[in-house]
Amino acid sequence: MKSDIKLFENGKRLDGRKPDELRNIKIEAGVLHRAEGSCYLEWGGNKVIAAVYGPREAIPRHTQNPLRAIVNAKYNMAAFSVEDRKRPGPDRRSREISKVISEALEKIILVEKFPRASIDVNIEVLDAEAGTRCAGLTAAAVALADAGIPMKDIPVSCAAGKIENQVVLDLGKEEDNYGDADLPVAISPRTGEILLLQMDGHLTQQEFDQALDMAIKGCHTVSEIQKKAIMEKYQSATEVE
Amino acid sequence: MTITPSIKRDFLAKLAENGKRADGRKFDDYRDIEIETNVISKAEGSARVKIGSTQVIAGIKMDIGEPYPDTPEEGVMTTAAELIPLASPDFESGPPREDAIELARVVDRGIRESKVIEVEKLCIEPGEKIWLVFIDIHIIDFDGNLFDAASLAALAALMTSTVPAERFELGDNYPLPLRTPPISCTSVKYNGAIVIDPALDEEEIAEARLTVATDENGDIRAMQKGLNGSFTVDEVKKVIKASIDNGKKLRENLYKSVGK
Repeated sequence: MKSDIKLFENGKRLDGRKPDELRNIKIEAGVLHRAEGSCYLEWGGNKVIAAVYGPREAIPRHTQNPLRAIVNAKYNMAAFSVEDRKRPGPDRRSREISKVISEALEKIILVEKFPRASIDVNIEVLDAEAGTRCAGLTAAAVALADAGIPMKDIPVSCAAGKIENQVVLDLGKEEDNYGDADLPVAISPRTGEILLLQMDGHLTQQEFDQALDMAIKGCHTVSEIQKKAIMEKYQSATEVE
Repeated sequence: MTITPSIKRDFLAKLAENGKRADGRKFDDYRDIEIETNVISKAEGSARVKIGSTQVIAGIKMDIGEPYPDTPEEGVMTTAAELIPLASPDFESGPPREDAIELARVVDRGIRESKVIEVEKLCIEPGEKIWLVFIDIHIIDFDGNLFDAASLAALAALMTSTVPAERFELGDNYPLPLRTPPISCTSVKYNGAIVIDPALDEEEIAEARLTVATDENGDIRAMQKGLNGSFTVDEVKKVIKASIDNGKKLRENLYKSVGK
């Protein structure tokens, strides 16, 4: 369905952003008492909590890998997080997102250190407004760091897309619904390796190059906010002592 | 299930003999409570409640549906609670298990039987169209006493809810019609001691649990006893007294947080 609203006009987007401008992002590390590591993240209208448990014995036993840990990310949306109430529990969409996020994180975590273990990453979307998988993965990465899980890097995710023939960073709600393409990407910011890549819509090769470049730049900006959040938590911890 | 080491059990029991609790509270002291409303923009109403380290989020969604044949002019409410694996190493994902269902049902009963929601005002066309009210409760961080946290969150979310009439082209939005709610207080008993608002450690070694909901007049509106231990009649009376006293404080807190 195509709407009549102009998503891009006079160099500005519907919410007043420039093409390469991110929505507001707020990250807080260590927000939960019970979890070994946790993170609360607001990204535009998205509100996400991630919590990490483990490494602990993988159950059921047949899921254990004798050579390394398994990474078990679970993406779940709260019933009240969307316009029309979502039925609680996993559906096909959330299972797929859980899988691609698990795989992205597995590449970065030093899984060889924990044979037969599982590292459980729970991502809970409390309020949803386009780009929840990027927000979820970004929050999960901070929670993993907060839990002290050994990693090669702190992974980070961001999307680019296309609206009205214009490549833009970090699609908002209307842009996601009525735009022409969406390209969520996750990278390891230190090496630039791509950990997650999905696309739907229609992009020319040139537009793809431009969108990928923009998404990666976006990732680096978000990465700085992640690091600041982790530093802040430990900064305040040392002050208390 | 976590196996509480017997050392911890002995430790808590010994403290109790001297009238003490592990976190320094007295037997009838409630933990600090924080209630924050309108935390979810997509929901009709929402609240985040913290009791000590326990943290719960409740969200209200509304939709239009058909009434039940026996109540053709009344709206319908449903309550669901999710013990998501985020909140505790012992919670698993998947369909709700016994404990999540008991929690949802106790919260549901507290709201339904005391007629907090004025369901008779939620009729759009008798026999045809009514408002559905969905109360969804998410446990975010688990440090004991989910019963009180979940009911408090559900009430705070309901009290800040707006009926989304505009979205369904049924005129202007208006506040969800409500009556004054009863407030639940939970106590547990271990080693002969009765403590209110149990923390997780206390809950794990508890022999018996009693939840009492009281209204503004100090009358009793609902009760639920749990676990395989027992109470004497005097103990039940003591628990009721403590529930009324603490219920008053909880009520003040709740009203203040929703601006009433």
